[in-house]
Amino acid sequence: MVFVGRSVPRLEDRPLVTGRGRFAADVSFPHMLHMRVVRSVFAHGRIVAIDTAAARALPGVAAIWTFDDIAHIPPIDFRLTRVEGLEPYRQTILARERVRYVGDPVAAVFAEDPYVAEDAADLVAVEIEELPALLDAAALGEFEPGRATEPAVIRKGYGDVEGAFRSAHAVIELDLAVGRHSGVPMETRGAIGRYDAARDLLEMYGAAKVPHWNRDNIARMLGRDPSTVHLHEGHVGGGFGIRGELYPEDVLVCAAAVKLGRPVKWIEDRREHLIAANHSRQQRHRVRAAVDAQGRLLGIDDEYFHDQGGYVRTHGATVPDLAAAMLPGPYRVPNYRAAGHIRLTNKTPCGTYRAPGRYESTFVRERLMDAVAARLGLSGVEVRRRNFIAMSEMPYERPVDTLGTHVVYDSGDYAGLLDKALAGIGWDNLQERLRARRAKGELVGAGLGIFVEKSGLGPFDGVKISVDTGGTVEVVTGAASVGQGVETVIAQICADALGVDYRRVRVVHGQTDRIAFGLGAFASRVTVMTGEATRIAAGRVRAKALDMAAELLQCSAAELDIQDGEVRRGSGLLRASMRIEDVARHLLPSSRTRGQREPGLSAEGWFFTDHMNYPYGVHIAQVSVDADTGGVTVERFLVAYDIGKAVNPMLVQGQILGGFAQGLGGALFEEFLYDERGEPLSVTFADYLMPTAREVPDIAVIISEDAPSPRNPLGLKGAGEGGVNAVGAAIASAIDDAIQVPGAITQLPVTPQRLRAILRALGGL
Amino acid sequence: MSEKAAVRLSVNGQDYALEVEPRRTLVDAIREDCGQTGTHIGCEHGVCGACTVLVDGEPVRSCLMFAVQADGKAIRTVEGLADGDNLHPLQRAFMEHHGLQCGFCTPGFLMLAAGVLEREPDISDEDLLDVLSSNLCRCTGYQNIIKAVRAAAAEMRAR
Ligand code: FES
Ligand code: FES
Repeated sequence: MVFVGRSVPRLEDRPLVTGRGRFAADVSFPHMLHMRVVRSVFAHGRIVAIDTAAARALPGVAAIWTFDDIAHIPPIDFRLTRVEGLEPYRQTILARERVRYVGDPVAAVFAEDPYVAEDAADLVAVEIEELPALLDAAALGEFEPGRATEPAVIRKGYGDVEGAFRSAHAVIELDLAVGRHSGVPMETRGAIGRYDAARDLLEMYGAAKVPHWNRDNIARMLGRDPSTVHLHEGHVGGGFGIRGELYPEDVLVCAAAVKLGRPVKWIEDRREHLIAANHSRQQRHRVRAAVDAQGRLLGIDDEYFHDQGGYVRTHGATVPDLAAAMLPGPYRVPNYRAAGHIRLTNKTPCGTYRAPGRYESTFVRERLMDAVAARLGLSGVEVRRRNFIAMSEMPYERPVDTLGTHVVYDSGDYAGLLDKALAGIGWDNLQERLRARRAKGELVGAGLGIFVEKSGLGPFDGVKISVDTGGTVEVVTGAASVGQGVETVIAQICADALGVDYRRVRVVHGQTDRIAFGLGAFASRVTVMTGEATRIAAGRVRAKALDMAAELLQCSAAELDIQDGEVRRGSGLLRASMRIEDVARHLLPSSRTRGQREPGLSAEGWFFTDHMNYPYGVHIAQVSVDADTGGVTVERFLVAYDIGKAVNPMLVQGQILGGFAQGLGGALFEEFLYDERGEPLSVTFADYLMPTAREVPDIAVIISEDAPSPRNPLGLKGAGEGGVNAVGAAIASAIDDAIQVPGAITQLPVTPQRLRAILRALGGL
Repeated sequence: MSEKAAVRLSVNGQDYALEVEPRRTLVDAIREDCGQTGTHIGCEHGVCGACTVLVDGEPVRSCLMFAVQADGKAIRTVEGLADGDNLHPLQRAFMEHHGLQCGFCTPGFLMLAAGVLEREPDISDEDLLDVLSSNLCRCTGYQNIIKAVRAAAAEMRAR
């Protein structure tokens, strides 16, 4: 039985549908304290005094910490994209001297009961001298005396950009903005720290995404050796880039558990989540394209401002860096220059959100392609075709770096996928129908966005696989699961490589005490990296099983096969077989039949790579606009995505559907807004509007496998970000078409108010 | 803090005699005092529906109700949906149609759908969509949730 490539049911589901999951809030220990964080109510200010006396007097309060209590703990470091100059902008786990956004942790209360902790937090009196809030990343200000709000500028490029613009037939210039939104998983953050003095062991529960990196850094920050700190991932209620990064609260519960000698639990409430967990996306681009008379790109020059918020967190410069590296997308861009200004503002700090830097740069690039088409009187489809990198040019090297890798597109047939997508939606007929409807006065239109994604970030992944004497296959990985189906996918790959049923495979992830190294789950890396490490390890286990069984069945290993957990030789009369668990028994340390073999039916597998791989996709949107309300309805949407090889098409489709809904939120509804003093206005689900079942249409999905990655034997590429990438771009293009004003949409999200304003400015509508 | 009040809750047929502060929410009582952590908290302000349980058969947001208000009432949570090892048709349908990813919102959707389908087995697709749009999911994009609930509704009607 082959499992890879089939939509087998998920192994994860049963506990989740029966209420037996274990999310962070479900973890409790006897004699536990509860933490509540006191947060700044000012966007920017100097801390004058913090009076904790009244709070301390409340029965049930065990301790209250301010910066002085944690002054010895260094700020939180960068996990990715460390760029010269960022260090002074890192966040300490409680605010030192200044507060820099509403929500900045100022004090931490530890109490017997969460209700009491909250009461006490209300009694902590924080006196702050308010300073002017800087809210626009395009404006430069002062982070602290002598230090500007611009720690670094990301510069990438190649070729002769000036020359390209000098010789251009036409130059197109746009000013574009993407709003501030974020992953907002349904489970808020949570962390439980526990110090076991008997074993001198510090544990944290509620870890996610990157447990090993967080272990190493918690250990370093608290002055411990990494092997004395264990992080444990339970069920995780959605990741999307934001969850699982190392935040101040994670370090606080660990430090407090050690210091106070009791387990400490912190569960974030939703208001806190919306002001304290990473935001993302907000950028403004001033972009220019030089084109020849046929609409071929000669060069792109992009200057942009990345609104980083109050501090630079674990992602360092990742988002603006990816935006610069991935902006050229599927097109031949002979000359290119990007300058991304990282700017601190007095808003919630930012990190990654699904398709970081690409949702933004795809919006910018595809707006640009539409503008080129409009300027030259060509169709958007035609302009894109003229600029595609051809399949024959693969692998295609783009002379830029990102995430420590050179950008080399490994494989892709962009024109081919566009054809499939256009056929899938019936583009030509659609154009006719839309024209007819517009003739009757309806505001309807269609648009598209095309993109290259990236996935499978290395540099390594390792797994340990062992078969026990009951026949259960255990795969221990340093990867993590944020709910996307890791266990099933890894089990499928292991099952095929070993020759067992995938339901016999248990995948252990996110437990730093089970495996020393791991990179976790981000950048759509798990299926590719952990998948390949699993295939390698399972192959070794298989070889070991065959070697042992060959001796027992008195034949050569080459005559044997393993299927459904049974090692078999031949057929008919010559047939002999034994169960894989029996082979495992023969390999026990005490077994006499083991001979000189290493004990245990087990092996490790490692996969290393210097390059990412590059899946790609096409999004097509059909929308209607209500001229009275400015409301946009997405009538149809199609995602075509080439994944190289789908391990589980049902799960790939699930990733695309979910990503699309998030992209839709960012295109039309979701935005973190602030008033002029920097007071956040989007602090509940009534103000931060995520799409519901009403707003998300049933979309068409085409999953193609035309361009397997040559960088791993199964040809895998990642699925996580293809659903979200071009939703904003395609919807913007479709709205332009609906109102028949090319280039009308320059900003996401296209809220009803904004679209009304555009229509009003056009007059008449 | 105020005086504690005596409350009797029946959760999935089991009685719990609790002493709670009047301000204690029903969801906290179910999770922390009755130990039934399958009911989740996503917002505590009545929008996401992750905390949906059935109170006397009606879907209720248990973050918006105080435990004292549920005194003497019959509460059903996701832990009570299956009949022993036999999953409820909704639970099976969610698995078959990939109606969950992280599964955090799932108990709320299951209880919402269970409550509605028990009361209104012949609910139209359109009305069902309205009902389901009262809960939030961040992973699935809803399509598979809708398919799962429709499939379960059909199966429950056929019985
Ligand atoms: S937790 Fe009750 S509605 Fe969100
Ligand atoms: S499955 Fe994750 S929120 Fe719904």
